[in-house]
Amino acid sequence: MGILKTLWHRLGSPRWFFHMMAPWQTWLGGLALLLLLTGSFWGLVYAPQDYQQSHSFRIIYVHVPTVIVAQSVYMALGVSGFVLLVWRMKLADVALKAMVPFGMAMTALGLFTGAVWGRPTWGTWWEWTDARLISTLILLFLYFGLYALRESIASAEAAGRACAVLAIVGLVNIPIIKYSVEWWTTLHQGETLSMTGIKMPAEMYIPLLINILGMYCLFGYVVIARMRNEILRRERETNWVAAWLRGDGRTGMESMSEH
Amino acid sequence: MSVFTGQLGRELRLAARSRSDVLNPLVFLLLAITLFALALDGKPEVLREHAAGILWVLVLLTNMLALDGMFRRDFDDGSLEQLLLAVDAVPFAMLAKLLVQWLVTGLIIVLLSPLLGMVLNLPAAVLGTLALVLLAGTPAVSFIGAIGAALTTGARRGGALLALLVLPLLIPVLIFGVSAINRALADEPPRAELYWLGALSVTSLMLSPFATQAGLKIALEQ
Repeated sequence: MGILKTLWHRLGSPRWFFHMMAPWQTWLGGLALLLLLTGSFWGLVYAPQDYQQSHSFRIIYVHVPTVIVAQSVYMALGVSGFVLLVWRMKLADVALKAMVPFGMAMTALGLFTGAVWGRPTWGTWWEWTDARLISTLILLFLYFGLYALRESIASAEAAGRACAVLAIVGLVNIPIIKYSVEWWTTLHQGETLSMTGIKMPAEMYIPLLINILGMYCLFGYVVIARMRNEILRRERETNWVAAWLRGDGRTGMESMSEH
Repeated sequence: MSVFTGQLGRELRLAARSRSDVLNPLVFLLLAITLFALALDGKPEVLREHAAGILWVLVLLTNMLALDGMFRRDFDDGSLEQLLLAVDAVPFAMLAKLLVQWLVTGLIIVLLSPLLGMVLNLPAAVLGTLALVLLAGTPAVSFIGAIGAALTTGARRGGALLALLVLPLLIPVLIFGVSAINRALADEPPRAELYWLGALSVTSLMLSPFATQAGLKIALEQ
């Protein structure tokens, strides 16, 4: 508990985060590259083809990881928003700002790859009777809302807290939206168009797992990189940023431990 | 309680004195339905088939117009700041504001609904259910929408931003509302949908005063 408590207090300092996360950024970036390359090569080249969908199923190696991460990002947004509103932690606002564009991009990519997969498989780019397509589309609009809200409020601090409220309201609403969309599609749906129904052998799902893990590492890498940039931008007036920019960033940390 | 009743009285008086703010969105609703009737060539069967969808989408859009100015006047003349500073039971004051917001849009739409239904050529037997569905669903629209209105009060642009924030959150209301009317048209009682709409309204009534307060506080800090 003691360690966690210390960590929690340290997270109050953007400067500490900036220095601590430098190696994490490098490692997560390398790991993401390694995992995504391995998983994609394995999935796209070596995995056996599906007996019904032949090669077109392979897009799941891109599609499924992006959609899963897109949803996780929104959860993380809700949690960051809660931390920002309750403890007023500056870093939570930095995280909120850093995650929104990434989540938005992943959701858009998920929708795009889903449509590309749907064309040969269902015979249509878009299917209004599929609950997951519509939920993902709504998720994209929720991301648009967060982005637009931050853009339209002049004060950075107020913008962050407004986004936090919206992220929490959105997170509370997501299960209701999902349920209502599923209800709606069961009223309209003629046939079940399911991707999860496919029973996958190990040589098909292991590369998928690798890619999901790789995508989470990419999420970590991108968010940490963006957060560190944002910290530099926000703290550009401080001495430690000036020192770090001069190239003696290490001394920045040492002077910190003297306090 | 005096906070609640005091605020309620003030809001009702304000609504009564700014009639155009109340009436303009409703006139928009009537006008937009007329546009739909004209665009669909006034064919009775086509109108009836799409009545539920047209009506609910327009109800949502009308609410977006009505919500846009919900806090702006109080924000501009400073009374909002006074309210948040002076009253220690702010959520009760917010509750009064939310209720009045619904009274001057949602309830009036409910009262107008037989007329709207007739314009869209719904059979008379469904009009009662239509009013009931709107009665169950429109509070959720006002209460969830108020959160968006609070968050955009201090923003540089209102209108489109408010709709962008709020409409995705109102999709469940749209789905259950449309489904309820269509079920009534098929001679089935839309019980499940009504329960859902009622649950959404009550839950949002419970949570929205706090979220609205948080949103307004942020708007005032700028």
